[in-house]
Amino acid sequence: MASTPTRPDALIHARGLSKRFGDLVAVDAVDFDVNRGEAFGFLGPNGAGKTSTMRMIGCVSSPSGGVLRVLGMDPVHEGPRIRARLGVVPQSDTLDTELHVDENLFTYARYFGLPRDTARRRAEQLLDFVQLRDRAHDNVEFLSGGMKRRLTIARALVNEPELLLLDEPTTGLDPQARHLVWDRLYRLKQQGVTIVLTTHYMDEAEQLCDRLVVMDKAKIVAFGSPRSLIDQYSSREVLELRFPIDTTPALDGLDGLAERIEALPDRVLLYTSDGEAAAAAVHGRGLRPESILVRRSTLEDVFLRLTGRSLIE
Amino acid sequence: MTGAQHVLEHHLTVYRRTWKGSLFMSFLSPVLFLAAMGLGLGSLIARGPVRTIDGVSYLVFLAPGLLAASAMQAAFVETTYPIMARIQWQRTYEGMLATPIAVLDVLVGEFGWLTFRLALSSCAFFFVMLLFGTVHSVLAVLAIVAAILTGLAFAAPILSWTATRRTDQSFALIGRFVITPLFLLGGVFFPLHQLPQVIQGIAWLTPLAHGVALARSLSLGVLAPSAGIHLAVLLLYAAIGITAARITLQRRLVQ
Ligand SMILES: Nc1ncnc2c1ncn2[C@@H]1O[C@H](COP(=O)(O)OP(=O)(O)O)[C@@H](O)[C@H]1O
Ligand SMILES: [Mg+2]
Repeated sequence: MASTPTRPDALIHARGLSKRFGDLVAVDAVDFDVNRGEAFGFLGPNGAGKTSTMRMIGCVSSPSGGVLRVLGMDPVHEGPRIRARLGVVPQSDTLDTELHVDENLFTYARYFGLPRDTARRRAEQLLDFVQLRDRAHDNVEFLSGGMKRRLTIARALVNEPELLLLDEPTTGLDPQARHLVWDRLYRLKQQGVTIVLTTHYMDEAEQLCDRLVVMDKAKIVAFGSPRSLIDQYSSREVLELRFPIDTTPALDGLDGLAERIEALPDRVLLYTSDGEAAAAAVHGRGLRPESILVRRSTLEDVFLRLTGRSLIE
Repeated sequence: MTGAQHVLEHHLTVYRRTWKGSLFMSFLSPVLFLAAMGLGLGSLIARGPVRTIDGVSYLVFLAPGLLAASAMQAAFVETTYPIMARIQWQRTYEGMLATPIAVLDVLVGEFGWLTFRLALSSCAFFFVMLLFGTVHSVLAVLAIVAAILTGLAFAAPILSWTATRRTDQSFALIGRFVITPLFLLGGVFFPLHQLPQVIQGIAWLTPLAHGVALARSLSLGVLAPSAGIHLAVLLLYAAIGITAARITLQRRLVQ
């Protein structure tokens, strides 16, 4: 984005960054900077190009075009030196199912060249940090999804990285497991670790990210803090109406009741600064929705506004 | 190359979990083969009109050929399904490549591991040969090296192929149409010169015939000039395979 100033101390600096697979453009000339100490997010639906972007940052995929600097270095030529200072949590776990939980951490620490005793100590600390101490000698296969994810996060931390990349850290986890992961990430951020994550959950982006970009179809369609994005692209409140099947009124029946109206397959969203007043007005027109909900705007609404689609189809 | 050492260390850590079973098999399989084919079939041959094969007892003829062929089979097994698992089913390599380890480290570590495995199983085989009394020359120890090289001459090209695959379908076909026919017709169980010219010609194009010939002459304590050719063919297969694997693995893992 032209309005993003170039920060010389940015940990990640991308301009016109592109990735093509044959004819398919997975990432189309994106610009962004990630600053030290912040939590930065890529929010977008499946296929938006989030993983492709993360893999270029992680130096395991070379850009097809544009500029990319990670920790001030060039990922194509200095991959190993950059990766020595990164922690990577890939979209699907790459844990060693043939090894025990603690062996996974120890072996991974050795990949970074840590001496054995340091590796052992680090593994111990991280088992505590992700609350897997009592599973230390278990086979990885027997861990729950949430435990595996935590182990993957612990593994990404063995080299005490400055920059932690997380590709959909909580996809597929139940709410409790997600909150545990969020809590650990929040602690890491407080310890000064810079966090870059991708997600298609708007609540995850709102909870964790200081700044984020919204990605859709290989492009960045908006960027800013969660609050500023909501302020910029959505109203303060949203009135959600559900009508009995096949009785959804023509949209013009709702005309003038809100700044903007979105009709989704299962409900109608009215964007307004005052949801209660809009609800009263709906009743005033003699409409009888099956259910009425007034809520605050979220990043989901921002995405809908920008792309005309929901984040999770 | 400390990265490659760490890859090797990983494989050894996993092996610590399974070594007992796999080493047991490394002993059992040659015992069974040498007893059944070498002694059993061999005693029939000893009583027949020819009595010996190329001037030695059938057991002595068979053992070094089987040594080389076992290395071929071990190489085939190690470079198909396990490599596929590390590329795509378990994604072990993806995990490694998120660290300072590079694709070349992965490859070198993998070949270090293969060499170690081939050395272990070939030594076990050689030990069984000693028990069966088929070793009569100090030079025979070098047959172990010939077997390891035979394994690598298969491992490298197969690994480079595996790195291009998205499914495991072709592995069974390689087993059925390459490895098993070579095992049966590659000069292990009877001399190649008994086969039709065409098949002999094909056999000599493959590493197995050269590995078997090299292991056999070494085990008999003979260092013929042809040993140089056998050695060259084995090294050539390994070198071409490693070069190809470097390209295909890089393409597969760093997209
Ligand atoms: N290795 C690859 N080869 C070909 N196409 C790919 C590859 N990786 C990703 N793509 C394609 O690039 C697009 C973006 O994918 P991805 O970066 O995984 O998106 P996201 O992580 O946001 O879901 C998709 O259309 C996907 O099919
Ligand atoms: Mg993805």
